[in-house]
Amino acid sequence: MDDAQIYAGLAKVFQDVFDEDSIVVTPELSAKDVDGWDSLTHIRLILTIEKAFKVKFSTSEIGKLQNVGDLVALIKARS
Amino acid sequence: MNSLYAELRWLPRAPQDFSARLKALSNLPGPLGRELQSLALPALDLNQLTKLAKAIDKARGEGKSLAPLTTFRLAVLSNSTIDMIVPALVASAARHGIALEVIQASYDQVAQEALTPDSQVNRAKPDAVLFALDYRALPLKLSLGDAETSSVTVQGAIGYLQALRQGIKTASNAVCIFQSFAPPVETLFGSLDRALPGTLRNHIDKINRELAEVVLDSGDVLLDVAGLAETVGLSDWHDPQLWNMAKFSFSDQFIPLYADHVARSVAALRGKSGKVLILDLDNTVWGGVIGDDGLDGIKIAQGDARGEAHLAVQRLALDLRQRGIVLAVCSKNTDEVAREPFEKHPEMLLKLDHIAVFQANWNDKATNIRAIAEELSLGVDAMVFLDDNPVERGLVRRLLPEVAVPELPEEPSYYARILAAGGYFEAVAFASEDLKRAGFYLDNAKRANLQKQVGGLDAYLASLDMTITFQPFDATGRARIVQLINKSNQFNLTTRRYTDPEVTEAETDPEVFTLQVRLADIFGDNGMIGSIICRPDGAGVWEIDTWLMSCRVLGRRVENMVLREILAHARVASIRKLIGIYRPTDRNKLVIDHYCKLGFTKLEEQESGLTRWELMVEGASPESAPMKVVSNGFSVLQSERAIV
Repeated sequence: MDDAQIYAGLAKVFQDVFDEDSIVVTPELSAKDVDGWDSLTHIRLILTIEKAFKVKFSTSEIGKLQNVGDLVALIKARS
Repeated sequence: MNSLYAELRWLPRAPQDFSARLKALSNLPGPLGRELQSLALPALDLNQLTKLAKAIDKARGEGKSLAPLTTFRLAVLSNSTIDMIVPALVASAARHGIALEVIQASYDQVAQEALTPDSQVNRAKPDAVLFALDYRALPLKLSLGDAETSSVTVQGAIGYLQALRQGIKTASNAVCIFQSFAPPVETLFGSLDRALPGTLRNHIDKINRELAEVVLDSGDVLLDVAGLAETVGLSDWHDPQLWNMAKFSFSDQFIPLYADHVARSVAALRGKSGKVLILDLDNTVWGGVIGDDGLDGIKIAQGDARGEAHLAVQRLALDLRQRGIVLAVCSKNTDEVAREPFEKHPEMLLKLDHIAVFQANWNDKATNIRAIAEELSLGVDAMVFLDDNPVERGLVRRLLPEVAVPELPEEPSYYARILAAGGYFEAVAFASEDLKRAGFYLDNAKRANLQKQVGGLDAYLASLDMTITFQPFDATGRARIVQLINKSNQFNLTTRRYTDPEVTEAETDPEVFTLQVRLADIFGDNGMIGSIICRPDGAGVWEIDTWLMSCRVLGRRVENMVLREILAHARVASIRKLIGIYRPTDRNKLVIDHYCKLGFTKLEEQESGLTRWELMVEGASPESAPMKVVSNGFSVLQSERAIV
């Protein structure tokens, strides 16, 4: 999968999870930038991403994620 | 992994416009109950459930009416994280006709909330309290091989739960919903864990057993989570990574399933479970079509794989009847033909005595189901309808949305399982009166009078996106044509049986007009569903020698489209008149009025019951039906086809 495809897929996931069509997914995007991105929503986000991209992240990988850029790198490494 | 349960396969899939319809809710003034229940009906994933719950809470906050959903206030106490489960509960409850309000206590405050008289939960005076506890909430200590200590441990756990119950009962008298416990997957010995006292598995087995007894006696409710986990598989149920990260009791993939089960219990508490099972007959209760295959041809024999699948449906229906569910039949068949297997087939488990209302006719099933409900003096929302045909399921879902209609897979072996999985008849109590209910309907196997026809049929037919394809007889279709000609009994005007060489003769004779008819719709291709043969009968006259169709596509005005096609070709061939013949048999009473309905004039009726009819080609214009027409393989006409 190339970056463009991953970002396109993530945009859909973010819109679905946050119920917001206006979210723009950039590498710097993180929890502080989005209303309602608390720890529970973070779990739901990770679970949805795992299903959408058919990947599974380890606990420590999830723990290290700081922003969307880290997430994209992780997805790329997996696919 | 078997996805039947995780994906709630008895429910239809979510429509494409789900999100759009959700957004549109903010513009609707209410009451919103019907739209909410309709939105909640399909299998929804966690994100969809969350969004729907948000919409419900928003509507409630804006003071909009949620009628006709019934309000229910449920407090949830848990030792685990339930924040993702709560929205799923609210949305799933709407599916079952409940407007759920959830009172959620802080994380892991179970004892505090239950035992403190003026706790948040007790002050809220909920209708019920769900103790969503997993095995980790219980004070369990290993006492390997020590039966006495193990007994004390089990009693301790039960005592703890009873103390919680007491706290709630004293403070708010809410109904208490307890969960049985899914044991962890890991064993210490292996098989011995089950048998040896003092292992975790042995403890939990005993606790579950005793909890079930206690709850049954006390009139509280048991949510059998242990059974649910067993059904989907313990190793899939428990997700250690999710417990470690977020303290989820069970895997997120089962949240929609769990929520639906809680919703069923709440709905049962409010008396909203199904009361009647309405059965289609052909390919549901037996394999095959009774009208065409006859008593000898339908499959219900023991030892026949297909037959056993349908017998399982009959067995389940009988067992449901034994617990008080009423059975009815709704079948597109001639009444006498449909009753025959009940009366005469040695392998039938279901007898006419078991059926309270027996509706077998050629009217649409929505109108018939409404008649059944009225005959039983029950609401249509108490009806559950089992039918292998997706077109019929779609029709009833659309015209009578309150009727529960489980999706069925292709393979009949799973019919009984999926009907049971749907939980339509969930009950939280069982009284001896229930046993008697099915027998309460005296005069069994009654025929209900059809009232006014249920509206919306035309719109539904149009939504099927049907395409009808006409071709002359050809070599490719011959085998199927011969089969249809020799097998069709009900929708068969003249029941002339032809051999393969005779069909070939008709195919190649330039004076003979033949049609093979195919029908496709959004559910798929029905294949060849009609065969027509017209022979010259003097100058400018065609006699319709053969007109037969599959009963599966009745009620969609295929006959009209067939006549239009015959007329189009008749005009090109300078035919002025069509002659139709009805030759009665003991199986084709269905089509006695066929030519009358198509606008033919009766010429004569013989003593045998044979009737002859005529239609002048000029000026004949049968009503068309909403379907696309494709005409192939005819020499002249293709370019002149009008697409309807």
